[in-house]
Amino acid sequence: MTARIGVIVFPGSNCEHDVVAALERLGGQAELVWHKETSLADVDAVVLPGGFAHGDYLRPGALARFSPVMDAVRAFAEAGGPTIGICNGFQVLTEAGLLPGALQKNRGLRFICSTVAVRVESARTVLGGALGTVLQLPINHFEGNYTCDPETLAGLRAEEQVVLRYVDNPNGSTDDIAGICNRRRNVVGLMPHPERACDPLCGSVDGAVLLRSLLNC
Amino acid sequence: MADEANPAPGPESLAPPGIGAAPPGPGVAPPGIGELHRALGLSDDEAASIEGILGRAPNHLELAMYAVMWSEHCSYKSSGVHLRRLPSKAPHVLVGPGENAGVIDAGDGVAVALRIESHNHPSAIEPHQGAATGVGGILRDIFTMGARPIALMDSLRMGPIQDPHSKWVFEGVVSGISGYGNAVGVPTVGGEVVFDPCYAGNPLVNVMCVGVLPTSRLVLSAASGVGNLAMLLGSLTGRDGIGGVSVLASAAFGAQAGDGQPASAMGEAESKRPSVQVGDPYEEKRLIEACLDLYDRGLVVGIQDLGGAGITCATCETASRGGMGMDVNVAAVPRREPHMAPFEVMTSESQERMLAIVRPEHLSALRKVCQRWDVRATEIGRVTEGGRLRILEGWQGEVLADVPAASLADDGPLYHRPLAPPADLATRRSDDPSTLPPPIDCGADLCAMLADPSWVYHQYDHQLFLNTVIGPGDDAAVLRLAAPGLAPTGKGLALTTDGNARWCALDPRRGTAMVVAEATLNVACVGARPAALVDCLNFGNPEHPEVMWQLSEAIDGMAEACHALGLPVVGGNVSLYNESAGHDIDATPVVGVVGLIEHLTRPPPGARLVEGATLLVLGGTGRPSLAGSRWAAQVHGHRGGTLAPVDLEVHRALLALVAGLVGSADPRMVLGVHDVSDGGLGVALAEMALRSGVGCRVSGVPSHVELFAESPSRVVVCTGLPEAVGAAGDAAGVSWALLGTAGGGSIVVEGLLDLPLEAALSAWRGAIPNEMAPDVRS
Repeated sequence: MTARIGVIVFPGSNCEHDVVAALERLGGQAELVWHKETSLADVDAVVLPGGFAHGDYLRPGALARFSPVMDAVRAFAEAGGPTIGICNGFQVLTEAGLLPGALQKNRGLRFICSTVAVRVESARTVLGGALGTVLQLPINHFEGNYTCDPETLAGLRAEEQVVLRYVDNPNGSTDDIAGICNRRRNVVGLMPHPERACDPLCGSVDGAVLLRSLLNC
Repeated sequence: MADEANPAPGPESLAPPGIGAAPPGPGVAPPGIGELHRALGLSDDEAASIEGILGRAPNHLELAMYAVMWSEHCSYKSSGVHLRRLPSKAPHVLVGPGENAGVIDAGDGVAVALRIESHNHPSAIEPHQGAATGVGGILRDIFTMGARPIALMDSLRMGPIQDPHSKWVFEGVVSGISGYGNAVGVPTVGGEVVFDPCYAGNPLVNVMCVGVLPTSRLVLSAASGVGNLAMLLGSLTGRDGIGGVSVLASAAFGAQAGDGQPASAMGEAESKRPSVQVGDPYEEKRLIEACLDLYDRGLVVGIQDLGGAGITCATCETASRGGMGMDVNVAAVPRREPHMAPFEVMTSESQERMLAIVRPEHLSALRKVCQRWDVRATEIGRVTEGGRLRILEGWQGEVLADVPAASLADDGPLYHRPLAPPADLATRRSDDPSTLPPPIDCGADLCAMLADPSWVYHQYDHQLFLNTVIGPGDDAAVLRLAAPGLAPTGKGLALTTDGNARWCALDPRRGTAMVVAEATLNVACVGARPAALVDCLNFGNPEHPEVMWQLSEAIDGMAEACHALGLPVVGGNVSLYNESAGHDIDATPVVGVVGLIEHLTRPPPGARLVEGATLLVLGGTGRPSLAGSRWAAQVHGHRGGTLAPVDLEVHRALLALVAGLVGSADPRMVLGVHDVSDGGLGVALAEMALRSGVGCRVSGVPSHVELFAESPSRVVVCTGLPEAVGAAGDAAGVSWALLGTAGGGSIVVEGLLDLPLEAALSAWRGAIPNEMAPDVRS
């Protein structure tokens, strides 16, 4: 059966169409879910896409966590539903308390749009990928510098919750972290944009392996 | 509309003299009207014309409205008589100059909207917000036409990067473009950055935007239908930007920046900072989505963005284009602050606002769409018969102004300002740089001309929408012709911006023709056929006859090139008064060219080398000349000589040849390609080598003149099929020559230079970051 993915749209989101296009290219079925919805209807997985939800005012994700749809997202995630936050979506998930830690401004205090090497550190999540493989994935963020307290970091390491690490840390992230999951492994947040790496005409196709596993989970 | 190029009202604001920050109450006695019109930038003759049109003396509000609408920015009064000489027609042009943006038919029911605009003066004073609002303004010009903006390009010209003030401007401009463009969700896919002393006190920030739309969704800005409503969408109206077109765009800067004085020490510039508008990309993002939604539902009759001259411009232009009049209730305009006077509301340049003309029966549907996107929508006007624009305080209230709408929009003055070539022109042209001493070390001179612009474009989202096939840094950006909600076309778009003030300072006519030639060659290098051009004419003070001569000559050069190449000019912007401390900038016409690729099935090769392949140069038969070259200016500070002529017929053949070879079925035909321009053959070879990490060995370049000459119409091709490329050149009537082979770890030009790639790489990569504030990543 074709997986149905709900892609949440906040005002200020801008990668929602790209995520839909990439998922459909891989054979999935995706639909946009407006942030004022209070239910997710009948989806198999949820993606919070990149962009600048609510203008990123105050702090990225700080207002989005109060959007009506987030109660439904929380319930879906807590019930074990596959939930992915990409870039701004990752920021929203940390603000909403669905993932630990926070994303602060890049170490160089500049926006970075570039394609970087990222290593898969755990294959046991809804975002898959073969352990140890290095993927070329685009990043596009000002606040991508992952940080957390030492206890949280120890927990992330002990539970194998670090999903992706930068090969050459571009933004100062603690422990080179590019993506993490929750303990239950059904909620994943990552700064790189897998949807931007699915079409050979536009460069790398390394993102497809991650999104494909979401469709198959 | 542009926020630029208003002639000389001086530093006074639009407020009548004697009325400063304090809001004018109704009882404030104004000074004599004669003083007022001059303070607002209107000449005595212009004031007399207004009185003739009205049949009475205008009141203060009316005078303020004429002053902004008859400014250079809205009326093109200095440039208009010359701009008419540009060719603007072609079968595929759907909308030419005069609307908010040009629109061309890309076939299969898809159209492309494009425009370029300057935000030079605001960026000089408050670089971050000046550049950010430049981005916001150009986006509105595109989505006003019914198009979704899919790409931005930035053409930046800054003072020397070593100069602390220029660094501050550069850092702020890039952060402004990054901050606004990324957040509003439109990728910045290319551009250019040039450092030259002539921009030290007056940097140039030109932004081009391209959008796509189903041809059926094309929306124009005419108000029609008596009783239709004029709805103000978007931001509140505040005092920000009042006088933006006059205080900023008009005034030459008195103090010399870049002479060791930071801008913040320049009292005059400092005092103008409040006139720079402040951008809100989040408001703009919601405005874009709301407007596109409104168009798809067929809820607007016409629409216009608010830029320079604010509500005055939007109401009189929509009414005039529809042959109608309009009643505007100024009291209904939602405001950011209390006690704003009607003239402030009518001329405010607050950002992120649109004026939509709507049928009354569609009002509730429009409100519903706007509510979804949290976009404010307020009825501020009604379309009327008779062509009068009336400003009312309440629908039944006092009539504050009553003028013919068309007289504001279309009846502005047109001047034939005096023209004269600069006195030293003949001397400069006869001062040929071939007499300069040859380089001691060609490799060192080459390294000094290398600068990787990735420090700039890594701060811009250049991948959003999954369309970017070739991003920033190559000859031209290549995008899939696609957008959310549009059926895939299989076609591609090529985009480039180009300018060269060194060439234009020597010969604005030939130099501008060369700029057009270079831009078209850039799109040919990615396999595209040039389809339309937009221009941004950045010049000095038009009251200086030599500046008007430059402008006129540049327009003639552009017209000649565009005629010969069959390229329509579908829109443009004129920015005058680019002058500081009495020095005009060098003439800097910048062009943006859009090209079409019929079948985009694989990424074009780009500027690169492939180990073992053959290098050829196509085109270029004339005697090489260092006139106007980067080498002469940068190494010797020499800016003289006579530019080599452009043979436009040969150039046209070269464009077709190069695009054909790049699009060839056999990818070995072109493994890499790069045009020869800034820095000549030497820089072209080095850039190809640096992008691919593959060196080259070239022979038959007799001296530094041939190595660094910037003669037009030349392309370096890296090929696996040299005989086939040569035969294609012969068949097209384009001359060609064998250069050498690609490969190895050095850039070798026999007898002239042998430069290890690592040395070139370090010079190229470090040129910009090493000058800027440290980024701990590097």
